Amino acid sequence: MTTTSSAPRAKQTAQAGGFFARLSSTQIVYLVALLVLIAGSILVATTGRNFFSPGNISAILTGTSVLGFIAIGQTLVILVGSLDLSVSYVTSLASLIGAGVMANQSGNVPAAVALALGISAVIGLMNGLIVAGLKVHGFIATLGMGLIISGYLATNYKGSFGQAPLSFRLIGATGLGPVPISTLEMLACAALVLLMLHRTRIGHHIYAVGGNRDVARMSGVRVPGAVIAAHVICSVLAGMAGLLLASRLGVGSPTVGTQGGYDLLSIAAVVLGGTLLAGGKGSVVGTLGGVLIFAMLDNIMSVLQINPFMKDVVRGVVIVVAVAVYARRTIVTRPPRFGHGGHQQEIQP
Amino acid sequence: MERIVSNDAAGNGPKREQPVLEVRGLTKSFFGNPVLQDASLTLHPGEVHGVVGENGAGKSTLMKILAGVYQRDSGTVLLRGQSVQFSHPIQAHEAGLSTVFQEFNLLPDRTVAENIYLGREPRKGMLVSRAKMNAATADLLESLGIGFIRPTSLARSLSVAEQQIVEIAKAVSYDARIISMDEPTAALSGPEVSLLYGIVQRLAERGTGILYVSHRLREIFDLCQTITVLKDGRIVDTKPAAELDDGSLVRMMVGRPISAYFPDKLPAEPAAGSQTAEGPAATPGEATAPTPLLELDGAGNDQLDGIGLKLMPGEIVGVAGLQGSGRTELLHAVFGAAPFNRGSMQLDGLPARPHSPRQAVRHGIALITEDRKAQGLSLNQSLLDNALGVVRAVFPGRTSTVRREVAGSFSILEVVARDLDQEVQYLSGGNQQKIVLAKWLAVSPRVVLLDEPTRGIDVGAKVAVYRLMRQLAAEGKGVLMVSSELPEVIGMSDRILVMRDGQLAGELPAGATEEEILRLATGARVPGTAPEDGSTTGGTA
Repeated sequence: MTTTSSAPRAKQTAQAGGFFARLSSTQIVYLVALLVLIAGSILVATTGRNFFSPGNISAILTGTSVLGFIAIGQTLVILVGSLDLSVSYVTSLASLIGAGVMANQSGNVPAAVALALGISAVIGLMNGLIVAGLKVHGFIATLGMGLIISGYLATNYKGSFGQAPLSFRLIGATGLGPVPISTLEMLACAALVLLMLHRTRIGHHIYAVGGNRDVARMSGVRVPGAVIAAHVICSVLAGMAGLLLASRLGVGSPTVGTQGGYDLLSIAAVVLGGTLLAGGKGSVVGTLGGVLIFAMLDNIMSVLQINPFMKDVVRGVVIVVAVAVYARRTIVTRPPRFGHGGHQQEIQP
Repeated sequence: MERIVSNDAAGNGPKREQPVLEVRGLTKSFFGNPVLQDASLTLHPGEVHGVVGENGAGKSTLMKILAGVYQRDSGTVLLRGQSVQFSHPIQAHEAGLSTVFQEFNLLPDRTVAENIYLGREPRKGMLVSRAKMNAATADLLESLGIGFIRPTSLARSLSVAEQQIVEIAKAVSYDARIISMDEPTAALSGPEVSLLYGIVQRLAERGTGILYVSHRLREIFDLCQTITVLKDGRIVDTKPAAELDDGSLVRMMVGRPISAYFPDKLPAEPAAGSQTAEGPAATPGEATAPTPLLELDGAGNDQLDGIGLKLMPGEIVGVAGLQGSGRTELLHAVFGAAPFNRGSMQLDGLPARPHSPRQAVRHGIALITEDRKAQGLSLNQSLLDNALGVVRAVFPGRTSTVRREVAGSFSILEVVARDLDQEVQYLSGGNQQKIVLAKWLAVSPRVVLLDEPTRGIDVGAKVAVYRLMRQLAAEGKGVLMVSSELPEVIGMSDRILVMRDGQLAGELPAGATEEEILRLATGARVPGTAPEDGSTTGGTA
């Protein structure tokens, strides 16, 4: 009698949240992306143009790559329970170092790339050491680091600097059909990070530290290691974004990162992708969905020639609504306190 | 629950072997305050060794030194004859000493397997092998007789009892020769406790030495062969369990006999009580029968159904049931935190259905929550700020009056603290609970809802809480108390409501036995008992 009544009750509780409650946040992100795609193709069609033309698809994908690099790194940092506000300055710095060292010589490219990424890694290392060692919250640590780099850039570079050789510029310009090489590189990085998160110890530890630092420590996880790894990878990916921008522009620029607003936009993409801002839960795949949504919105609004300030309004609305939806879901899907699974039947008092 | 008899069997045998753990002259001070002095203890393979004492007696400190969380000031710890000193918890794990801490230590958004193997994920080549990890977890859970927990379930989706069991499985997974458990049953009720008993005994049979800290004396006697009593940081004595009984153990713990563990009822105070109880809507012609402070009829929501109950002025009503039977949900519904959405609810005879805790407080309802650290206190704020929390939020006009009375109410509750500016996180569990009570008493509630009011607090503080409940009842207030500790429900309640699957399974009068309560709480599943209707005296009072 009682054993049978508990089963339908549990079912009822699970269904109470409705359709959204049964989807993972990643599925919701891609559902929203699909809706944006459909709405976009209709809106673009009203202006007499084709949303799915190779040129337009290429434009959208190009829009995903720079933000994609940075947002993948930001995902790691947020998952570990920190934040990185210095990414846009690292991007600018890497573009300057890259283009500067290249000085229009193809032979210098490997050295330039190595130096730009190496310096990015050192910045990430310092961020990680400050956060993990000095126990300064990532928000403040990376804000400070960003200001330091910003000051350095403003005093030493008055404008664009250096020159990328043609061979390096091709990276930003060529593609396989409508898919730009840069997007493929970004996706390759995403795949590597995905593998790291789910199939290596350091990846598991990043989730654990973000979920609960003390639990991780008590379980024998080297907490500083996970924090530092996340920050280093994040900065290196920001550096790669900087190199990509140098390849596209042909020069390095001290303001290329900040003009893109990549610091806050990358955090927004991560959160839009369903990662908890507090850390410990989320995915790179979700983040890519968030990046794609932003890229499509940008493209649609450009094609429709919407006032650029209006773009920010739309982005803002999307972020707030998305997070509100996730918050609602966490309330709905808390575990039922009774009618659970039926293991009680196995316990004989 | 049957008493599990293993005392004699394990009692004689292992003593002859080399002890797995020897602690000699352990001493620890914090900021000059000695919390552990010259503590010594010996644990043999297969022995379950109870460690009891009031909160602040030094039990947790002892556990944490053994676990490598704290460093000792002096003394020696011998593991199988070898002197050890751990500077990090993981060293203790690697040496075969695992600890199950009082706080839950699982990551809610990770799976059972990921939680158990956190920090030493099995690999295949460079990569973590989920297949290996899940298989190893399944084997481990199976070997502990808890194969119904799936390795791939998220920790978040498990019940509190299952989470606790996973923590123990995690401790076992380190190939532990010694497991110390700090209040492993604090969050569990009846049948779940016996599940844990089974696991502890399985471990003891394998030769694992177990240090078992608990406030529940009954468990200590059920499980342990040897009992060590701590008081004020010193070992009072270590004795075989067979030479002790409840009375002598409590005397050793508190250093004085507690004659009345559950205090007697106090005479009603007519001036304070019945006048306020008589609401404006008191039905004419029923002048002798007071209006119930709280009345529910057919009330329900997502988690509750068909709840009907009455709470009269001056009454203490106990709510029993298994973990997850809807006890906490009932209190939360009355308190407006997860409101009823059907049926009727009356306060003082007037229809009222608070839709938020704030409205409930305005109606004179207080809820002392189950989890004082998460929901009851702002741990890094002062005693004073915590005590004024509700007044400031809901009745700001009364703040200055209450502020003057705070010191008085603390001394009535026997709060032990340095001063009013001390942060509550540094107080013992019992004192923290008293602060929560003080915070709610400051708004003079009429209906007091208590959820596990004595969880994790020491005997002395428990008695203080019981006395306070009697005092509230004498003042004509209504007390609705949820508790997993059946002796407490039986000892304190005027009536006992038993819940099962979100419904009231029945009501029992004062003086009901634990068996009667369990029979209602578990339904017809207890073998060899009468059908439940026999003992139900009427679902709706």
